[in-house]
Parts: sequence; C-alpha cells; structure tokens
Amino acid sequence: MPYRTHLMVCAGTGCVSNRSLDVRDALENEIRRRGLQHEVQVVTTGCNGFCGAGPIMVVQPDGIFYQQLSPKDIPHLVEEHLLKGRPVQKLMYVPPEAPVPVPRMADIPFFHRQRLVALRNRGLIDPEKIDEYIARDGYTALAKALTQMTPEQIIEVIKSAGLRGRGGAGFLTGLKWEKVRQCEGEPKYIICNGDEGDPGAFMDRSIFESDPHAVIEGMLIGARAIGARYGVVYIRNEYPLALQRILIAIEQAREYGLLGENIFETGFDFDISVTRGAGAFVCGEETALIASVEGRLGDPRARPPYPAERGLWGKPTCINNVETWVNVAPIISDGAAWYREIGTETSKGTKVFSLVGKVQNTGLVEVPMGITLRELVYEIGGGIPGGKKFKAVQSGGPSGGCIPAGLMDQPILYESRAEKRTAADYLDLPIDYESLTEVGSMMGSGGLVVMDEETCMVDIARYFLGFTQDESCGACTPCREGTKFMLDVLTKITDGHGTMEDLTALEEVAWIVKQTSLCGLGKTASNPVLTTLRYFRDEYVAHIQAHKCPAHVCRELNVYRIDPEICVQRGHGCGVCRRECPETAIFGEKNQPHRIDPALCRKCGVCVDVCHFDAVIVE
Amino acid sequence: MPKLKLEDLAKIKEATRRTTLLREGAGRVKITVHMGTCGIAAGARNIMEAVLREVEERDMKDVLVTTSGCAGLCSREPMATVEVVGEAPVKYVDLTEGTIKAIVAEHVVGGKVLEQYALVMGSERIH
Repeated sequence: MPYRTHLMVCAGTGCVSNRSLDVRDALENEIRRRGLQHEVQVVTTGCNGFCGAGPIMVVQPDGIFYQQLSPKDIPHLVEEHLLKGRPVQKLMYVPPEAPVPVPRMADIPFFHRQRLVALRNRGLIDPEKIDEYIARDGYTALAKALTQMTPEQIIEVIKSAGLRGRGGAGFLTGLKWEKVRQCEGEPKYIICNGDEGDPGAFMDRSIFESDPHAVIEGMLIGARAIGARYGVVYIRNEYPLALQRILIAIEQAREYGLLGENIFETGFDFDISVTRGAGAFVCGEETALIASVEGRLGDPRARPPYPAERGLWGKPTCINNVETWVNVAPIISDGAAWYREIGTETSKGTKVFSLVGKVQNTGLVEVPMGITLRELVYEIGGGIPGGKKFKAVQSGGPSGGCIPAGLMDQPILYESRAEKRTAADYLDLPIDYESLTEVGSMMGSGGLVVMDEETCMVDIARYFLGFTQDESCGACTPCREGTKFMLDVLTKITDGHGTMEDLTALEEVAWIVKQTSLCGLGKTASNPVLTTLRYFRDEYVAHIQAHKCPAHVCRELNVYRIDPEICVQRGHGCGVCRRECPETAIFGEKNQPHRIDPALCRKCGVCVDVCHFDAVIVE
Repeated sequence: MPKLKLEDLAKIKEATRRTTLLREGAGRVKITVHMGTCGIAAGARNIMEAVLREVEERDMKDVLVTTSGCAGLCSREPMATVEVVGEAPVKYVDLTEGTIKAIVAEHVVGGKVLEQYALVMGSERIH
C-alpha cells in the first residue's frame, strides 16, 4: 500500500537536542500499534528553521504544523489526527497577538514571508537519501553545466546573476571564480568554508544538516567552472550531526558516480575530502583555514597574494562559504535573470539569517535582500516578547555592530549611499551589504541578535570583545594587544571604575586595531565597540559619570532597595529575602518593612528573585 | 550501485514523484476520506484501505489521499470528498468498497462525476 501521509519530523540539531528523535520513536511505535504503518511514513528531515518552536513536525500532504512536541503527546496525536482525521489544536502554533491556533504552516507569518533559495529543500527531504535530493531536481544543474555549457559560460552566468559571497565580505563570486580560472598552477582547489565561528550563527550548520547534496552540487559546478580537480569541505568539529550528514552525502554521491572520475561520462573528474576544524574562530579566515587544512597552525598571513593566486598547497584556490555554494545550482538551472529579480540593485538574491535574542519567533529565516529590519523583527520575528521595547539589532556576530531602532526602515543594501541618512531612518533600513557597512555594522555570516530595553550595550560590547580577545591568534600586535586593552577597559567600565579618559583611549585604540590588524578578525574586532559608541554613547557616559547601568545589567552599578510600602501592605514583612540573603544584609521583623544594608549588599540579586511581591527595586 | 547516467536523473525523479508531490501538498486529485468516530464506526477505515489499494494497483502518482474529522452528516457515513484541481469538490456518501472503486475508476481517472453516489458538489461556506 502506498503511503498516504508523511510525517516530516525535524531532526536538526536544535530539535534533536530537544528530543525530537524520541518523538520520532514514539510516533513509529504508536503508528505500528495502531496498524497504520503501511499508510503513514515517518521521515526525519533537516532543520525547519523555526527553532524556537521545536520539536517540530509537519504532516503532509495537508501541511499541518505541530510544535513543541514531546513523546507523551504522541498517542493522542496519532489517535486524533492520523486515525480519526482531526488535527490536534493544542499542539499547533498560536500567534501572540491573536490566541487562535494556526494549523497550516503556509499560514504562519514566520514561514510565508520567507523566500527559500538556499534552503529550498528544508523540511521536505530526508538529507540522508540522495534519491530524495534528485527527486527535487537535484544534480540536474550539474548535468546542464557539464553537458550544455562551457566553463566560461558558467562563470558568465554566475557573474551576471550578481551572486556575492555569503560568508560576510560579499565579494562577487563570479569574479573570484574568473580570477582562479585565470591564475596558473595545477591542480586547482575548491574549498567550502563551513567553519561558522560566529556565536549564535547556525545557518551553515542547518544547510549541512538539511541539504548536504546542495553543497556538493554547487562545488561540482564551481570546480568545472574554474578547472579544479579536488575539493575540501572544512567543517568545524563542534557540528557532529552536520559532519555525519556531509560524510554520508559524499559517500552516496561517490556511489552514484557523481564524485570521482568521468562524471556523467563527460571526462570531468572531481572529488571531495573533509577536514574538521579544531575549535579556533580564526580558522574561518581563509588563509588561516588553508593553513589548518595543510596541517599547520591556523595563523593568517598577509594578502596579497590572495588564495585565488596562491592558496592550498600554494595552488590557485577558490574558497567560498557554504551558503554561497548552495546558491549556485538554482542559478544555473533557472538562470541569472531569475536570480537578479530577487534582491536589490547591488545585492541580488536572498540571505539566510539566524534571528535570535529578544524576539518572539527565534530561528533561521531566508529573505530577499532589501527587506527592512522592521519587517524581519516584527513581521517574521513576531516582535519583542513581554511587551518590551525594541532597542537594537546586532548583526554580523563579533565582527559586526549594533543598529539602533532609528535605522530599522531602510532597506539593507550593498552600494554606498551618497546622501546622508537621518537618525529617524534606522528601523526601516533595508538590509544589504552596503547599507549595513555604512551604518558601521556588516552583513557577516547572517547572525541577527535582537535586543530590548533590558540589554546593556556596554555589556554587549564587552561580551563580544571577550570572545574576539580569546580567539585572537596573537600574530599581530594591534589585534593581540588591542583587543586585550579594549576588553580591560570595557570590564573596568561595567565594574563601575571607568573614567572619561578611558573612553577616549578606548575609541582611539578601537580605530587603530581596525585599521592596522593583519586579518579580518582584528580588522572587525572593534566594530561592536565603535557602533555602540556611535549610537549608544549615553550608556557609556551613564556608567562612568552617573555610576549607573540604565538596563540594570551591570550588577556592580545596581542599588538594591526594598520599597517599604509594598513590603508591608502586600508582603506583610514575610522575611523570605532576609532568610535567603547570602550576606545577611537584610534586616526586619515580621509585619515590618524590611531594609537592605547597602554596605553589606553583594548585589547578587537573590532577593529580587525570591520576593513574591516585587518589593525589591533595582536602581 | 552503478554510476548514474544523465537519463537516470529523470528516472529517479519520476520514481519518487509521488513522494515529492505529497510532501509539497501538490497533486492532480485529492481524496479526503472522512473519519471521526462516526466514520470509523461506519467502516471508513475499510474505504481508506480500498482507496489506497486502488492507488497502488493503478500506480497513480499524482493522487493525494488524506483524512478529515467528521464532516457533519453522520447518517450518510462512510463519506469521501474527491477534489480535482480546478474543479469543485464532490462529496460521495453511503460508500462501500465497490462504489469507491468505481469512483476512483470513473471520476479520479476518467474525470466523470458519478452522480448516483454523490450528495453534492461544492463546499460549505466557512466564515
């Protein structure tokens, strides 16, 4: 009997760590118990993108979306939906503004506002079955490229489509390919940069886990275009599931003769090996990555010469990000003109963003370039939870910067703008490479952290500098000494000992590090500092001069005080805080207002947590 | 596994077409067998199995088969709705294995509505 229903269970890392495989097992057991195993198929797919709602399951062909599943929900779900045909409302998505369940995935704004190109197969295929990739036109772009196009024509199409590197810098991919093709040296190499070191970024991981064959196909087409014989997928070791899936995919592609010698009997040879990273953020930088593949320490080197001219083993090498590679096959299949229709004048196509932080719907989204931050955060993200106020978006990870509310409504673009932007423009910022760089941030790999009024921007800068300082390889003085200096000053300020002279020095050093560092890590390490100084200088000044943290995040600057009226009228002097205070800094009798001795108070915040009546005020 | 030739890509795609259409929720025809407690009590599970057997025997790739809860007219169960893309859905009632087989042959394959088994064409108005 043919299956009438497929249960697409998300098995991306996010859902797996939330026991989605236990949900799958429960489904299989219950389905067998009910005798439905010949009608209903359980399929594990890669990441669906709506990670905040996981574990996720989509029932096809009806497109019913279930969220936050646990194994105990399964018997009821199977009985009601699969046996009796009644979808289970209490397991569906409920939007915050209107508490009515939305059964169909296509009706959920998080999904229907996205445009999937790189993530075209997500949730629809089992990533460990090559036939399912082929069923959705997989490897037909490769067939076309090998049999109907010359390498020069392939490069022309990619150039004309305007595809730009999705790793963050945004260099025109077609130009890079052309350069590598022209440089002399054999054999040539293709590298897929899957290091993805930015904290909070998981776009590349998701692609590896959901659709590894798309990466392979892109690399094959690129190899044909530039004349490369070997490819390397560099993947960070912290991605075990992604690693497993890409290895399986490579093996399956080899079995089908799609990797190896004489592919599709055209005389084209190409094969891929996998190198795992070893925990260094700097190895996302292309020259450090190449050093790592060669077995050397991941130290970057000065450029020129660029890897296009002298890369892996000293040969011409084309290195591109995972997301860049998966855009190649659709462009070859559907043409440059189709791709150019999406996006803005200088930033074509779509971008995958990881939307995280203080936002209702967290997860992975793919949207056309030129979308505004406002639409991303409010329409797709569902706005700020808890009725809090939006404050800023941090884009580009530790190499990026913070964009305040005022910039939300400009489309994000690549080209530089001659006209001055006013402060009111920001939330409406259309997103593309240029517009983000112009406001002091950068596209980066696509991490977008949303912040609300309870985020301290100085603390954010300190957090990112802590990361970059730790990851600095130490080769060049500006980065090695400069990040340490910046981190020390930021820590001093958040501890309440900062001075205005510190602020001046901080800014000066930030510019020096940006302008004189050897590689991209150092060159962009200052961005969090510079953008927060540019848009949130008042917070720095408040920390230093008023000795206050406006967001109450920096505990050393907080003053904890009990409101005597609330304590007596609502709490009746219950004394819970007094008993819980680790410093015995709270005094009072039952039914009397309690008070905190500021001299003894360690500012740990336990009293705030344990008070049932919100009597403890933080100032 | 033998190395793939160019024409093998299309063959694999065709062989997996039913899966692809199902997962995209796309297809030429959708047959909804109404379940719910009343439907199951009246024998809707047998009707479901009969439909799936027909689909398999005729090797139909573009037909989606799904279920729904009680459709409301419990006294005429088992019921099924046949929806051809571009046409109004048709509700068939008082089904038996024999009649559903005929419906698949005549309506789903041949495009001819079997009025003697049908209750109504079109759908309910939903607010």
